[in-house]
Amino acid sequence: MNIHPRIARSPIAGALRAVAVAAGLALLSGTAIAAEEGAAVHHPEITAQKWSFAGPFGRFDKGQLQRGYKVYKNVCANCHSMKYVAFRNLSDEGGPGFTEEQVKAIAAEYKVTDGPNDDGEMFQRPARPSDRFPSPFPNEQAARVANGNALPPDLSLMGKARAAHRGFPGFVFDIFTQYQESGPDYVYSLLTGYTDAPHGQECASGLNYNKAFLAGACIAMAKPIEDGVVDYTDGTPATVENYARDVSAFLMWTAEPKLEDRKRTGFKVMAFLIVFAGLLWFTKRKIWADVAH
Amino acid sequence: MQGHSTYTPNNGFTRWLERRLPIISMAHGQAVAFPVPKNLNYFWTFGAILMVMLVCQLLTGIVLVMHYTPHTSLAFASVEHIMRDVNWGWLLRYMHANGASMFFIAVYIHMFRGFYYGSYKEPREVLWILGVLIFLVMMATAFMGYVLPWGQMSFWGATVITNLFSAFPFVGEPIVTWLWGGFSVDNPTLNRFFSLHYLLPFVIVGIVILHIWALHVVGQNNPAGVEVKSMQQDTVPFTPYATLKDAFAVVCFLIVFAWFLFYVPNFMGHPDNYIEANPMVTPAHIVPEWYFLPFYAILRAIPSKLGGVLCMFGAIAVMFIVPWLDTSRVKSGAYRPLFKQFFWVFAIVCVGLGYLGSLPAEGTYVLWARVLTAYYFLHFLVILPVLGLIETPKPLPASISEAVLGKAGAAAAHKA
Repeated sequence: MNIHPRIARSPIAGALRAVAVAAGLALLSGTAIAAEEGAAVHHPEITAQKWSFAGPFGRFDKGQLQRGYKVYKNVCANCHSMKYVAFRNLSDEGGPGFTEEQVKAIAAEYKVTDGPNDDGEMFQRPARPSDRFPSPFPNEQAARVANGNALPPDLSLMGKARAAHRGFPGFVFDIFTQYQESGPDYVYSLLTGYTDAPHGQECASGLNYNKAFLAGACIAMAKPIEDGVVDYTDGTPATVENYARDVSAFLMWTAEPKLEDRKRTGFKVMAFLIVFAGLLWFTKRKIWADVAH
Repeated sequence: MQGHSTYTPNNGFTRWLERRLPIISMAHGQAVAFPVPKNLNYFWTFGAILMVMLVCQLLTGIVLVMHYTPHTSLAFASVEHIMRDVNWGWLLRYMHANGASMFFIAVYIHMFRGFYYGSYKEPREVLWILGVLIFLVMMATAFMGYVLPWGQMSFWGATVITNLFSAFPFVGEPIVTWLWGGFSVDNPTLNRFFSLHYLLPFVIVGIVILHIWALHVVGQNNPAGVEVKSMQQDTVPFTPYATLKDAFAVVCFLIVFAWFLFYVPNFMGHPDNYIEANPMVTPAHIVPEWYFLPFYAILRAIPSKLGGVLCMFGAIAVMFIVPWLDTSRVKSGAYRPLFKQFFWVFAIVCVGLGYLGSLPAEGTYVLWARVLTAYYFLHFLVILPVLGLIETPKPLPASISEAVLGKAGAAAAHKA
């Protein structure tokens, strides 16, 4: 299913136009201008994916999160920080399901600055599970210098920090279909969205055309993944699509680590409230039975 | 108001207390014996729902404050700490954030119920004015609360809205500097918003007490819009009748709340607020929370900044004088055929304004916002006063009990 966020406005424009005609107001020209402007600009192309964590009983796929972590570590982490996530989270319930031993080993591969020690010196030590992921650059300026003056955003919350505009009536249906995966859908579409620029669409040097990018047609990040750049050991084909899907799922987990807990608790609360409401309904009926109202 | 029963203390302690502080008999009078019109429909349960939401916001808020840090360099991270490390922190925060939206949904239904059934009319003018005051303080509280997570929308929303005050000639700029505590939205702003966000809910509690007091002096309006004639025939005691009905409605409302809270907790929010505030980067579209959108649309519809600000505040201010703008002596919209139609047009206009408030202010959208803004004020300032003069209302029932029996009789006849 393709969602064209900008194009999604045209049905509204159409509806408005219909209302305008009905009302006998001469607004047609204005609406047409708005529609033409919409056609001239870049339409981010977001492709909705099937996610194991969607819906009321959604759960993360542990294998997928572990693969996603691998993509993150080998590719994304070279430029992007993930400063709100701690190593210990990798073994938390509802996460990728690494064992505590594995987490200790993963953490030990990183060096973090600690101190000062008794001599008043800061020192480097291997990371512990309680540490948060160290950032690849010491500060924003260093990150910009290394990335052609663009700042690679922190990825901790990326699964919730981006979304295509849904428009009417899609946003109303989202309540009932419980669509909360616009973040990972976008990350997936972005990572698989590097194509040749269409005719008439030029990107300045250092920028790359991406058909999904929300902020414009050209993005500073170069295409980060190619088929086969990360080894998958569980038999999953090492394709760009699989990397993109797995790392998007991983970034949804880093953004919403309590998702499983939330949905599980939600089911219990819902069941309780519905039964309670039923009991109250019968009690209320019995009490009001002798009163005309 | 005369109640259905009176409280008599029946042991030594309650007799002792009653002579010193008659708090039990007061509670009995207000929550047990208080006469409730027997024809109330479920739109009258939103008072109870709002009480529950207010308490929910207070409780979750008080606990959140135990874990939150009001400093520009730490606020965003402390919210993430709540979401990731605090036991049930995600539940508290989502409950508080979605609770605010639920609070506004309930308050809008409560207000439109008042509009439809003429609940602001004599003798309930003060009750209504206190309600509008609660709405106003609620909006201030919600606005400041949204700034606290210190995301991009927090920061830019605060910047846009506080900047509005600069529209006032001469005093505008000094007021904005004074509000900010500096020359831009920064740490002093965050700190004072945090302080006020903690204070104002208790101000709301105070006004709610007055609101309920006023309600219990004049009694509830009802769908027939005729006053209680006989307590025995027209009313039932608050407990158990209203208590149980309210409890059922509250739990149904909580089901809706739980749906948002557990399954689509970020539906009402904005993705940009998961990006830490950055004064150097302006988001493409700055939009306030959904419950401000109609007023935001009115603000942007007016070409002059000062005019926009005045219209936006005017849109709320006009509600204070509704009791005197509506010239009809018939309360309930059910007996006012013309008003009923204009009520629904007005409701659609308000939703339309809300939708336009969420869209960029360009092209046709601005024109539509202007048309709907004009209609919004037209409704209050022209339609309501004129309708009362030209409309022929349907005949009113002689009493609540007659209205109820008439309906029951009609239903029986229909069945037969």
